[in-house]
Amino acid sequence: MNRSIGRVGAALFVLFGALFVNLNVIALFQADDLATHPANRRLIVQEYGIARGPIVVGDEAIASSTPTDGELRYLRTYAAGPRYAHLTGYYSVVLQRSGLEAAFNESLTGRPTEVVAQNLGELLGSANRPGNAVQLTIDARIQEAAQSALGDREGAVVVIDPRSGAVLASYANPTYDPNPLSSHDRTQIRDAWDALRDREDRPLVDRATREVYPPGSTFKLIVAAAALEAGMTPDALFPDEVVYDVPQTTADIGNFSGGACSNNADISLQDAFAVSCNTVFARLGVELGDDDLVRQAERFGFNRAIPYELTVSDSVIPRELDAPQTAQSAIGQRDVRATPMHLALIAASVANGGELRRPHVVANVRNPEGELVLGPEDGRWTGAGGDGRPVSARTAEQLRQMMIAAVNAGTGQAARIDGVEVGGKTGTAQTGTTPVAWFAGFAGNEVAIAVMLPDGGENATGGALAAPIAREVLQVAVAREAQR
Amino acid sequence: MTTRNRAASEASRNRASDGTVNPRRIEARLLAGAVVLTGLAGTLLGWSVAPDLPPAAIITGVALAVIAIVAHITVRYAAPDADPALLPLAFLLNGLGLVFVRRVDLAAGTELAAAQMVWTAVTVGAMCVALLFVASVRPLARYQYTFGLATIVLLVLPVVPLLSAGVINGAQLWIDLFGLRFQPGEIAKLTGVLFLAGYLARNRDVLSVATQRVGPLLVPAARHLAPVFVAAIGAMVIMAQLRDLGSALLFFGTFMAMLYVATGRLAYPAVGGALFAVACYLAYVFFTHVQVRVNIWIDPWADVQGASYQLAQSLFALGTGGLTGTGLGLGRPQDVPFSATDAIFVVIGEELGLLGATAVLVAFLLLVARGLRIAQTARDEFSTLLALGLTVTFAFQTFVIVGGLTRLVPLTGITLPFVSYGGSSLLANYLIIGVLLRISDESRGAARGREPRGTSTPARKRAVAREEAAAKRRALSTQRVTGGDDPQDDDWTDGP
Repeated sequence: MNRSIGRVGAALFVLFGALFVNLNVIALFQADDLATHPANRRLIVQEYGIARGPIVVGDEAIASSTPTDGELRYLRTYAAGPRYAHLTGYYSVVLQRSGLEAAFNESLTGRPTEVVAQNLGELLGSANRPGNAVQLTIDARIQEAAQSALGDREGAVVVIDPRSGAVLASYANPTYDPNPLSSHDRTQIRDAWDALRDREDRPLVDRATREVYPPGSTFKLIVAAAALEAGMTPDALFPDEVVYDVPQTTADIGNFSGGACSNNADISLQDAFAVSCNTVFARLGVELGDDDLVRQAERFGFNRAIPYELTVSDSVIPRELDAPQTAQSAIGQRDVRATPMHLALIAASVANGGELRRPHVVANVRNPEGELVLGPEDGRWTGAGGDGRPVSARTAEQLRQMMIAAVNAGTGQAARIDGVEVGGKTGTAQTGTTPVAWFAGFAGNEVAIAVMLPDGGENATGGALAAPIAREVLQVAVAREAQR
Repeated sequence: MTTRNRAASEASRNRASDGTVNPRRIEARLLAGAVVLTGLAGTLLGWSVAPDLPPAAIITGVALAVIAIVAHITVRYAAPDADPALLPLAFLLNGLGLVFVRRVDLAAGTELAAAQMVWTAVTVGAMCVALLFVASVRPLARYQYTFGLATIVLLVLPVVPLLSAGVINGAQLWIDLFGLRFQPGEIAKLTGVLFLAGYLARNRDVLSVATQRVGPLLVPAARHLAPVFVAAIGAMVIMAQLRDLGSALLFFGTFMAMLYVATGRLAYPAVGGALFAVACYLAYVFFTHVQVRVNIWIDPWADVQGASYQLAQSLFALGTGGLTGTGLGLGRPQDVPFSATDAIFVVIGEELGLLGATAVLVAFLLLVARGLRIAQTARDEFSTLLALGLTVTFAFQTFVIVGGLTRLVPLTGITLPFVSYGGSSLLANYLIIGVLLRISDESRGAARGREPRGTSTPARKRAVAREEAAAKRRALSTQRVTGGDDPQDDDWTDGP
């Protein structure tokens, strides 16, 4: 029997050997994945044991951590909840993180994101150290003005300082309250999340950055820029037609009014721009050709990833266009799409002498002692080519004057502010059931703005709907500038 | 006293009168080590979790020391030649269990550590009483059918209406007795092995000889095989019905190992294993709760918050522990379901890391190795099979739960011997240690030339009387059939 006992022993040793090998595989090779698995509560408890740094606008924290009595030691709260939700995002034990909470997680915790304290020293050494404060470039009053100007209408407002690229306001409606999503009560989180997701108006989507819309006539900025860059002057004359006979097709292009753009046989580029004359710009687009048009659009950042702390959807223009497509694209229809953020950026570059500044919403990151940890991600945006200059300074100045004329005597008159040099371009894109109303412009060289309302009603136009909102916001912005 | 003299004196104290090393001295030192380790671990836990804890750790350490001293003195008196490693290994694991049950208490707000301390005292006491009153295991062989019946009764008790504690965690395994919750299945393992050892020791010769042809296979007569298969399958059916799959698995493994060792024929475990595989497949096809277990095992990440919560949390704990662990008191046992009972191994793995978990497994392995050695050196076939069966049960139980928690095999709820919280489990395992102590005492005593007849305890006197009566019966019985594959068999005095 001793030999068979030996064999039984050998079999048992093989089983124990398998246990040893398996334990080693888990502890040595799978340990990182297991320790950082989203369902591993240890990570959350550790993370929520850190006094997360605040997100600050001006002097006030719009996101801050307050101590609790629970197992999760800090609760994240958002002072002005919905107003900044698309910027801050939420910080949730169920949904993880979004927005700046996700993008600046390392800064806010003051630690590398995925490090789990593996030993006593590490745990004791860092447990009580608060995270860093993230200061935003947002101006609370402008953000507030954007919110109240939009009211309960669907839309987005983006305000940028053209000189630096600093985002002064970025607001989209509908929005949501990040507080219930950031609670420590899983049921509350799930209920709030389900309710938000079931809503047809999709409040979780940031219309300022995450959705693209047909730019309509605001795209005439790019067509005009291409023409001016090609050597044309604002005085150049075009036949003022009721209908532009598009080559290669019977689907011709008419004007918004249904008639001609002026009382004369000819109309200048500047006047055509001011009254947003479709026949002229369709013709101009075809004459310039798709190559020039697309090249100019791409130098403004179309078909490019726009660098920003938060994700921005790419604005697009198809690269190969036949004549009818070129004509349609030149008036911002067909397959051309842009984000409100991008149009604010284009307006900013015109106001800034043709120089495209990198948009950024974070001014700096400071540690609890107040020392600078990270500066802004600013500078000239060269990613679109042309050394960060989509157009020359001369073209920029000509465009600027044309935009001022459009506000003073054209479609953008509702944006006029007495004593302030306001320029802009309206747009009314008619691709969907209801038109998308736009205004992209600036006040002086201190503020650039884009306003977009995707669903303003059947008869909505950029001039009637978007321009007054731009005026309301620009007034606040200019007053703020004046105080500085 | 000179150094040399002291060394000589030391040596003489360590040796028994016949010059061999006194196993009880070794045991005393190892026991002291186990108790001190427990006390240190408890103190460390106190420091890391709450400053008022060291007193609790000291109470635990002192209580364990007292229990260890009582156990040691009992063994000195009742089993002086027994294997010296068994008791210290059991106390090491038991002590570690006490520390970690307390650890779970602190994290989860439960109050189990004090009860576990009481259980330790009671069950070690039970082992001591058994050692005092059972001078030899051999007479137990005669009660094989009593043990067989007891096994079935113990397994059925939890479904008896007045006793049953109802369905707990999806299985019906507990009874309520005078307000105490007890798991009779733990004791059934012991009685089941006693039955099998008795039956196989008596019938191993006929089971070893194939007399009938079934197709290409030569098999022993069905009437020899029937009772053992009926009993084993009956027990397994009962356990499967009670949804105690882990126990069914370890009972079957033990049965096969004992059958193989008793007959020396690999065909038994081979055919048995094949049948078991078929049974497992059928169980998978027909029982949804088996399907659930297997599916969790195959993909634990599909339903982390639901069905596979326990396995996922176990793996998280081990993965978080990594190589060196988070440190005692710094893990999160409150996240792991059943952390004081079935899953206590992963709590150790999280806080002491791979190194600590490996040390625990090594302690189990050493116990298993000692058990197998005791089986090999036992003086008769019944003792051999008993020691082997108990050791294999112990080893399988460790394998099933540790393998389950680490996703090596499907996870089924079963306790980790000595470490998990639970009185029934402690009682069964200390009784196993008691039996192994007794068997090793008998064989080592005999090897040392000790005369069992000269001893003074009443139990031993009764045993001697029984031995003599048995010898007379044997002298009258028919010629002894010799068999087996081991020449040592011839040295054994007991017949079938």
